[in-house]
Amino acid sequence: MNATMDTLSDVVGSTAADVASRSDTMDGLNIRNFGGTVGEITVANPRMRTRSVDVYYGDKHAIKNVSLDIGSNEVIAMIGPSGCGKSTFLRCLNRMNDTVEGCRVTGQIMLDSKDIYDKHMDPVVLRAQVGMVFQKPNPFPKSIYDNVAYGPKIHGIAATRAELDDIVESSLRRAGLWDEVKDRMDQPGTGLSGGQQQRLCIARAIAVSPEVILMDEPCSALDPIATAKIEELIDELRQNYTICIVTHSMQQAARVSQRTAYFHLGDLIEVGETTQIFTNPRHKLTEDYITGRFG
Amino acid sequence: MSNGTPSSAGPPRRRVLDAVTGSLSRRYASERRFRLLGRIAVLSGLVFVGSLFLSIILNGYSGFFQTYVKLPVAFEQEALDPEGKRDRAALATADYGALVKKSLQAAFPDVSGRSELRELYGLVSSGAEYQLLDMVEADPSVIGTTRDVWLITSDDFDMLYKGRIDRDVPESDRRVSDRVLGWLDALEKQGAIETRFNWSFFTNGDSREPELAGIGGAVMGSFYTLLVCLVIAFPIGVAAAVYLEEFAPKNRLTDLIEVNINNLAAVPSIVFGLLGLAVLINFFGMPRSAPVVGGLVLALMVLPTIIIAGRASLKSVPPSIREAALGVGASKMQTVFHHVLPLAMPGMMTGMIIGMAHALGETAPLLMIGMVAFVVDVPRGFFDPSTLLPVQIYLWADSPERAFVEKTAAAIIVLLAFLITMNALAVFLRRRFERRW
Repeated sequence: MNATMDTLSDVVGSTAADVASRSDTMDGLNIRNFGGTVGEITVANPRMRTRSVDVYYGDKHAIKNVSLDIGSNEVIAMIGPSGCGKSTFLRCLNRMNDTVEGCRVTGQIMLDSKDIYDKHMDPVVLRAQVGMVFQKPNPFPKSIYDNVAYGPKIHGIAATRAELDDIVESSLRRAGLWDEVKDRMDQPGTGLSGGQQQRLCIARAIAVSPEVILMDEPCSALDPIATAKIEELIDELRQNYTICIVTHSMQQAARVSQRTAYFHLGDLIEVGETTQIFTNPRHKLTEDYITGRFG
Repeated sequence: MSNGTPSSAGPPRRRVLDAVTGSLSRRYASERRFRLLGRIAVLSGLVFVGSLFLSIILNGYSGFFQTYVKLPVAFEQEALDPEGKRDRAALATADYGALVKKSLQAAFPDVSGRSELRELYGLVSSGAEYQLLDMVEADPSVIGTTRDVWLITSDDFDMLYKGRIDRDVPESDRRVSDRVLGWLDALEKQGAIETRFNWSFFTNGDSREPELAGIGGAVMGSFYTLLVCLVIAFPIGVAAAVYLEEFAPKNRLTDLIEVNINNLAAVPSIVFGLLGLAVLINFFGMPRSAPVVGGLVLALMVLPTIIIAGRASLKSVPPSIREAALGVGASKMQTVFHHVLPLAMPGMMTGMIIGMAHALGETAPLLMIGMVAFVVDVPRGFFDPSTLLPVQIYLWADSPERAFVEKTAAAIIVLLAFLITMNALAVFLRRRFERRW
């Protein structure tokens, strides 16, 4: 991590200077400023906080000075045109970018006041707390039971078989899949329909009781009915989890999220209440995007 | 536009349509030509393979059979056991060859003269006396009686009976004389001659006498060698593939290693043999002609194949599976060993079997480590001198006797059968365990 930015106040101070140099991209309406972002990036009860995050893929500067709070039990949607860095940002939150060759992350990302890029933070521990659901349903080519039980098993969460059974059942219930699969737990997860597979992946993610669930375009490979089910599920999961969802569908963002962040070419342009973003965007780029002028 | 049609961005529709229909027949003709060429290519390939197999099978099938003659053999008490003690050691050293000669003389009493007698004795293989010894050892009560015994014939007689020696060529150009033809006809008339399935071909070691030579020693040698090869090459190959593909950083050094592994796969196999000779035999003082050395050399030879196949099958595991495992908090190691490796295993096994098949058919490196040897005894372990199936074929192909032609072809059939079985197993594994995502 960036050693020079030890405290949050340092970060705020340094970005304030940044604002001046970037004022040409702004309309002057922002109340507080982080890296030129319009809108309120902080929340009252943050679960995750990111400050001045930069991501480089080799020479490519994929994320530029992004600061954003993710509140507890909220659904935050990240929208933006393709290649804007919203997925990259999402994958920083559980260090999935570690696996990408030549990827470098600087800045500060905190989960419950712990720096997740600290050298004492083990990505295994982090990913147990920050689960992920991917764009394409990717169940393991194993039984439905084993798919859900895998996380608890490797972390040693369940002491007994009965306990494991309970975890699997409750995870599948929360994912709204239990009634559909309870009679065929030993059949391969890959044999389910696309929507069921994606809910199985959600069940797999919540089986290790994460605090945050990251969803990277979870419905892009699904039909509208399966999508509706997942969206319903996301709304229910908000009771217990914090959810970050990347989506290409603005309607979906409007339906499921409380806050929305708009990314553009690696910059976090605007963040705010979802209703405000979609009804009264304050930045020109946000307005252009949600009114369909580009994207 | 040039023709003045308003609102038209390209050439007029009519002309486009004419151009498309005009070129259609040409396009289809070229497609037909290409299909025809493809069929010719496939067909000629099949013809070549078919004629190869046909010629080997036609040459080799008779190698699985052996001619026997029935002769009444008198197990004389005074010749075998004059003291009547039935002492095993004494019985083992008795002159059974004389019994064979006597019974031949008895069957053809009118034969006389040294050269004619030698020809007569040449009807029966020198291995026939061991048949008699085995009979006596199995049941000493045959001593003193006369039994009809089916004796193994010599290679020339065998060839003659199987029709591999042409009776119509003049006697001076023929391997056997007219007298032998007469004896054959006489025996045939009595019903005292027949061919049997040659089981000993699969159990015997090599021999200077084609009728006694077998591939048993070579098959066991190949078995021990491949076992050593497998035990060494597979774990090392899989470990190297997993490390290089999943764990190694991508830098100059690993690039260099990768290039060199690919180069190693193209190194002539005799070079590996030289390595075995120089390092394993000369430096480490390992025994010559031993399966353990052969196995080590072949393991070096197939390692690149296994590593390359292993890496390819690891690469073919979709990244989404890795992400899924990492996403629920599996460590790198758990991701690889719980998910990636099991999915890549069928591909690795296929690569391994193909590597083994390659090793089974390899001769050149074995020349260097002394495995091209005349080994009569069937090897009983990894350190016994032994030969291998392809080397046995090479040795027999070099032998002048007519009967070794069919033995060579028969050994090739056995080798091909092993290779086809191994490749079929590879295909089966690929089909059976292939995963779809």
